[in-house]
Amino acid sequence: MEPVRYIDAITQRYASLGYAAYRWYVADTPPPFAPLKKKLSQSRMGVLTTSGCYAAGQVAFHYKDDASIRLIPMDTPVDRLRFAHITENYLVDARRDPECLVPLTALRALRDDGVVGALADSVISCMGGIYSQRRVREELIPQVEGVFKQQAIDVALLVPM
Amino acid sequence: MSLAARHLEALGIPTLCLGSALDILEAGAPPRAVFVDYPLGHSTGKPFDRADQARVLRAALRAFETIATPGDITRLGAAWGDDSWRAQAAATRGDDTRMPRDTSPQYQTEDDRRLAEGG
Repeated sequence: MEPVRYIDAITQRYASLGYAAYRWYVADTPPPFAPLKKKLSQSRMGVLTTSGCYAAGQVAFHYKDDASIRLIPMDTPVDRLRFAHITENYLVDARRDPECLVPLTALRALRDDGVVGALADSVISCMGGIYSQRRVREELIPQVEGVFKQQAIDVALLVPM
Repeated sequence: MSLAARHLEALGIPTLCLGSALDILEAGAPPRAVFVDYPLGHSTGKPFDRADQARVLRAALRAFETIATPGDITRLGAAWGDDSWRAQAAATRGDDTRMPRDTSPQYQTEDDRRLAEGG
């Protein structure tokens, strides 16, 4: 089966409803590339999820360009994970089993097995449905960068929803 | 996500994006990506299937060390097993499934609201 082409499908769906097209980021230059400085088995890995995950007790995300972040401790019990994302329709399973988007058990197992050297103490979480690319660049990304620097990570795993 | 990946990579932090929308990954051109052909909302595996989640993540992380060309996207061999979701995901007609754009926190449960507000 060919993979679903979401951009075409959603653009046509919105057009049929009379809505403006969502502006996905489209790169116009080749990506930068930083080679690993050491093996993954010797690296500390940070994790960013754009699923709108929060832990019970934290303030949930809102749906209008929320550019804030939450830190989800890596040892959070899975039954404490929640989600708030503007496209809630994709969260039906994650609200039953959060690990199909935030796989804390698998991450800890890969650390314990030595596949990855160490994990940052928290997963960074944000609400990926931000319409303003300016706010992503100027507000969200600097926060992510700051936390990753504090966490002294060597590599970063980014998991979009 | 691709914007963040490219920014971090430019700072010298190697990144890997693990996603299930191939065309959105292609458009954003992150430095390294892994595509898992599952319905959106399942980037790290099937619900309540810890073995699948572990397989997906373990296979994905290999791409940190196997992708040598900037922008390469590795396709995982994982199969969802039932393709009935594809028609709805690819539909070009249908309702707007987004929630209203509101600035109040959208708690999953009322208990979450009470906990967060200290009530």
